[in-house]
Amino acid sequence: MNTPKNYRWRKFVDQVMRGSTVFATGCAVIPLIAIIGYVLTLGASALSVQFFTDVYQPPNMAQAAADGSTPAFDPNDPFAGIGVPTDGTAPADGTAPVADVYAGGPVGGVLHGIIGTLIITGMGLLFALPIGIFAGIYLSEYRNERYATIVRFCCDVLSGSPSIVAGVVIYILVVIRSHEFSAIAGSLALMILMIPIVTRTTEEMLKLVPESMREAARGLGAPTWYSTFTVIIPAALPGIVTGVMLAFARGAGETAPLILTVLGSNVISTNLFAPMASLPLLAYRYTESPYPGENTLAWGAAFVLMMLVLVMNILVRVATRRRAGASR
Amino acid sequence: MSSMTISQLAPFYGARQAVKAVDMQIATQEITAIIGPSGCGKSTVLRCLNRMHETILGASAKGTVLLNDEDIYGSNVDATLIRRRVGMVFQQPVAFRTRNIYENVAAGLRIQGMSRKAELDQAVEEALQSAVLWDEVKDVLSKPGTALSGGQQQRLAIARALAIKPDVLLLDEPCSALDPIATANIEELLVQLKTTLTIVIVTHSMQQAARISDQTAVFMVDTTSGNPIGELVEKSSTSNVFTKPSDPRTESYISGRVG
Repeated sequence: MNTPKNYRWRKFVDQVMRGSTVFATGCAVIPLIAIIGYVLTLGASALSVQFFTDVYQPPNMAQAAADGSTPAFDPNDPFAGIGVPTDGTAPADGTAPVADVYAGGPVGGVLHGIIGTLIITGMGLLFALPIGIFAGIYLSEYRNERYATIVRFCCDVLSGSPSIVAGVVIYILVVIRSHEFSAIAGSLALMILMIPIVTRTTEEMLKLVPESMREAARGLGAPTWYSTFTVIIPAALPGIVTGVMLAFARGAGETAPLILTVLGSNVISTNLFAPMASLPLLAYRYTESPYPGENTLAWGAAFVLMMLVLVMNILVRVATRRRAGASR
Repeated sequence: MSSMTISQLAPFYGARQAVKAVDMQIATQEITAIIGPSGCGKSTVLRCLNRMHETILGASAKGTVLLNDEDIYGSNVDATLIRRRVGMVFQQPVAFRTRNIYENVAAGLRIQGMSRKAELDQAVEEALQSAVLWDEVKDVLSKPGTALSGGQQQRLAIARALAIKPDVLLLDEPCSALDPIATANIEELLVQLKTTLTIVIVTHSMQQAARISDQTAVFMVDTTSGNPIGELVEKSSTSNVFTKPSDPRTESYISGRVG
């Protein structure tokens, strides 16, 4: 067999091209793996039973708990309890030296953040679900192309816009008017971010259901709403649930809009009309903190957040797979 | 059981007329076959007979179609109610994905609000019996409908259409996705069903039309105006159409020279 003239050159080009795609893929994956690995190693070291069952403890309290001193708080001498002398010398009363407070291990836990994130995100999802799913049904099943094109475009713009925008809007519309940072305001901001995701995935998943199935249902004399809810949606359910999970994951990880709406808190609060803690906010605030113990908490919070989204995803996938599997 | 009288029926897609106005009689207890080359509008006309045509975006129809004495295109007529009286079976066998065999057949009954178990059981069994599927599925009624073979799924679709006791059954190339054995089963079934039903079948197989139908309508595409448009060229008893066609276009079509 004759090898073509430029065979070796073509083979060389092919290999260069393949090499560059492999290299580029590697570059794309490295940051991902680095982030996950970093959060895993640093976050996992913060984990303990206390981490999940306790709420925030100020560093001086933790210090006091560790060495048995009284964590008394004197407004006139705020540093007394943590043994920081106002004149900068070593403490005269024998409490722990300054360095100990800053070297401390994890302080308290993030239970308040876990509860807060579940409440805020869950409620946001609760608001976004009916709107998103019904809008998706409209776009897919009751086609009115001109109107649908506008709605679709708005959804895409909204899902691509920076999340702080949702925070600012709710801050102005709700927080300023009610004179109160509140969990419900945070849920509303997350709802704005979740609606386009739920809408578009619902639409896409419904469109994947073959047209012949709609025809068959229609041919039986089923009104559109009936066939949509009893035939089309059940067939598309696993996909729709995936969209809902995506929305939950997006909402759970949002920090910017929460800064402007729920503010954050260091205690467990279930009052929807008051500031509330949430994991991304804890990660943000504790990372800024000068206390290493709180920095560790921040890593832990980030880790728990990742795990929360992961576990929810797996649970829902298992649940819907069983449903879909039974009907196949 | 009802006859249908089609007069001046003109289906449109947007502003484009798809078929020249059709006049046709469809008699009870007979199988009427609609044949013709691709694009001649035979499926379109069929879908006008239970107002499925208009469910396509932009599609509409003019003219009248009398079901017994009632115009299904009348102003106060609810299309969904017409579709309950004029059932339809499609080219692709459709089993509702998330429903088992029983619930597939019961679907139409549930739409009509039947919910008593005993009633449903009986209606489902009757429908499966008349679709000659009962013996094959009676022990696996709780299996998903999609677990059946293509031919069985098509009979399932027929059972589902029969369950709501329609007056007329429309079939749009019901055998084109099936193998010869499954096709033979369906044909046999249709011949049995015609004693109690009015049946209209669109088929691209002239042999099938010749085998099972009593009346045959032949549609052709008219391209003389530059804008292809379907038209009904001949409608007569099947033996007439195949042995002494009155229209030269029919003759060239059935002898295989066009289409």
